[in-house]
Amino acid sequence: MPVLELDPAAVRTARSLARRVGEPIVAMTKEHTTVSVERATLRLAGLAGADPDGTPWANRLLDTVRADVGIECGVCLPVWDALVRGEAGDLAELAAKASVGSVTFRLPKGRDRVRARSAARKAVGVGVRTLDAQRRERERLVKRWGNPAQQPWIYLIVATGDIYEDIVQAQAAAHAGADVIAVIRSTGQSLLDFVPEGATREGYAGTYATQENFRLMRAALDQTSAEVGRYIRLTNYASGLCMPEIAALAGLQRLDMMLNDSMYGILFRDINPVRTFVDQRFSRQVHARAGIIINTGEDNYLTTADAVEAAHTVTVSQLLNESFAKEAGLADWQLGLGHAFEIDPDLPDSFRLELAHALLARTLFPDAPLKWMPPTRHMSGDVFRGYLLDGFFNLAGALTGQGILLVGMMTEAVVTPWLSDRDLALQNVRYVLNACGGLAEDFHPPADGFIATRARQVLAESIDLLERIVARPDPTFGAGLLTAIADGTFGLMKRPADGGRGLDGVVRRADDYLNPAIDMLEPGS
Amino acid sequence: MSGAQIVRPYGDTTGDGMVQTSFTLPVSNGKLAEGAALQLVAKMGLDPAMVVHSRSVGEGYTFFVVYGRAGHLVDLSEVRVVERDYPLLSPKEANLAIRNALRRRVTVVGACIGTDAHTVGIDAIMNIKGFAGEKGLEYYRELRVVNLGAQVSVPQLVERCTAEAADAVLVSQVVTQRDAHVLNTQEMSAAFREAFSASRRPVLIAGGPRFDESMAADLGVDRVFGRGTTPAEVASFLVHELVTNRRAAVATPRARRSA
Repeated sequence: MPVLELDPAAVRTARSLARRVGEPIVAMTKEHTTVSVERATLRLAGLAGADPDGTPWANRLLDTVRADVGIECGVCLPVWDALVRGEAGDLAELAAKASVGSVTFRLPKGRDRVRARSAARKAVGVGVRTLDAQRRERERLVKRWGNPAQQPWIYLIVATGDIYEDIVQAQAAAHAGADVIAVIRSTGQSLLDFVPEGATREGYAGTYATQENFRLMRAALDQTSAEVGRYIRLTNYASGLCMPEIAALAGLQRLDMMLNDSMYGILFRDINPVRTFVDQRFSRQVHARAGIIINTGEDNYLTTADAVEAAHTVTVSQLLNESFAKEAGLADWQLGLGHAFEIDPDLPDSFRLELAHALLARTLFPDAPLKWMPPTRHMSGDVFRGYLLDGFFNLAGALTGQGILLVGMMTEAVVTPWLSDRDLALQNVRYVLNACGGLAEDFHPPADGFIATRARQVLAESIDLLERIVARPDPTFGAGLLTAIADGTFGLMKRPADGGRGLDGVVRRADDYLNPAIDMLEPGS
Repeated sequence: MSGAQIVRPYGDTTGDGMVQTSFTLPVSNGKLAEGAALQLVAKMGLDPAMVVHSRSVGEGYTFFVVYGRAGHLVDLSEVRVVERDYPLLSPKEANLAIRNALRRRVTVVGACIGTDAHTVGIDAIMNIKGFAGEKGLEYYRELRVVNLGAQVSVPQLVERCTAEAADAVLVSQVVTQRDAHVLNTQEMSAAFREAFSASRRPVLIAGGPRFDESMAADLGVDRVFGRGTTPAEVASFLVHELVTNRRAAVATPRARRSA
């Protein structure tokens, strides 16, 4: 493992500042729930399917309950009270009846409340035990088929819009050397406040994340894993307005990695910050339980802000993501913290700067499988130059011991990757890993050299920014992360706490709020 | 040779006509595949041609790199392109032109419409950071920039432009799957024509790497900017339309334009 000499006191300071920045946010998330957290709970209890118009039963049921009695006490009490009263035989029937107005919900009191709570716990417990069973199944299959022979794991994207076409491409990619397959989502999905249902064959620049699509792709990759003799991991996106539900579906269908960033939705999708943080915590608790590796989205900052000037915002975001993840129960091996090779190649010493930033992340998070993202911003359409740039990106990945390498395409920003583009890209990765995959053990930049000095500078700037965030007055929640986000500190995007999409789905919890899923997923429970 | 109207591709000698191309055929690698590649490039006008590389890419597919001599001639006198028909101004000159002629700031609203989430293009033009060493529109003191970001619906955009009394609207489209960029832009321009009278309608500009700059009329916009457009080109066009072509209202000391 390559190690830079960083001042241990500075590293401790950075971590404790990140924790302090996060504490009021975590406290705030514990005071709120969202429509998506409640729907995810219903899904864990087994509610699936949709009405004839395609609106999921989870949405129909939740909306009715919310209109009748509100969800300040959680959706579970009124729902299982109705089931205990015999209003319907199961959740789907209850949802169907509720959507035509033939069930009236109430907030049960006294013994009725005790009965509803225990019925809800039992039903949600089945889902949580399925997460556990899927985690064990993954461990069994990894043992049987094995992990990739090399580090970093090779991560490839498919994105046809048609799940059946995706399967063909994913299986071909795995045969060609991919260790991780990511199915890119249809661009509009992050702003849908429901999870589409069933297998889908239409999507824009990607394929919808649905429970059935997850199931189909996982089954196909299990078959391919057996053929290639290594466990092929499957990735999707727990982001956007339905992050908690998608996390639950991913756990139920044994997805292996999920893109799941604490601030991405706020900054790049203009989703309300409170909604995002509340949804985030629940989804991370699900991922922790299900043994899913999260991938964070720091690479995105560098697509809008300058990769040298804003290098410390990546480090700050990694520290915050780590802090929020640990608080939600994720272990180090589950933290695919993101960063990217986005420095302008015309800048002198650009590669040395990239190495400094990558090594800083490697040194700060020694046990995390860092996710190394390829150049996009400076891929100009000159595919030949782009191929060289991707080669240097791969070299930096090998040299600095990255955990997950997203394969760069020379046709980035030109076309969706062609068959030949993917083959050339994999040849590029294989050449570099074959030629110098073990170079990390020989690479020890001197403590007084350019790389180590730059890394220390970025760490110092990160601490400085974290201190400024902590010191910032915040009228609502007592600390400054939300105002820092509102001021455009990250990725130059300004997002006020009372703006953005999905705010109407945020509800302050009542004192007697009940959610058995949160009770079971809470670390230490 | 000066004034030459007929040109050919240049490999290492004037007039040799040499080009290089690569493609994949759904044929297993072998003699048949190589012959098939030569047949294709012959039909493309390459003669003689050499398959310099062939490689199996997955079962039943072969990738080729071919070098060959293109027999076609290029007649420069028949090439039609959209040349910039307005002067390129520095930020200082653009600011001065607006201040002198309109006596108020110009409001520019930008957005990625539809489901397109790629803000790279609009950010490069609008953010103060700019790109290729050139500052974005936010840097121009006389421009008031409202960047709505990604995934803005057309009704939202029209509403916001009305509220902001926008002089110009910049719409960026990167995703081209199923011609989304064309359809989204047409929907946008139609909505603006419906919501505003011809004299009050903001200047409509569409941009994106896959747009053809000669498509403005088809798309219903005033200008299309393609790959490699710089913020100064956009700012200069705004001055040209709003000031030179007098499309913008001039502020009077008492009544400022409001929506």
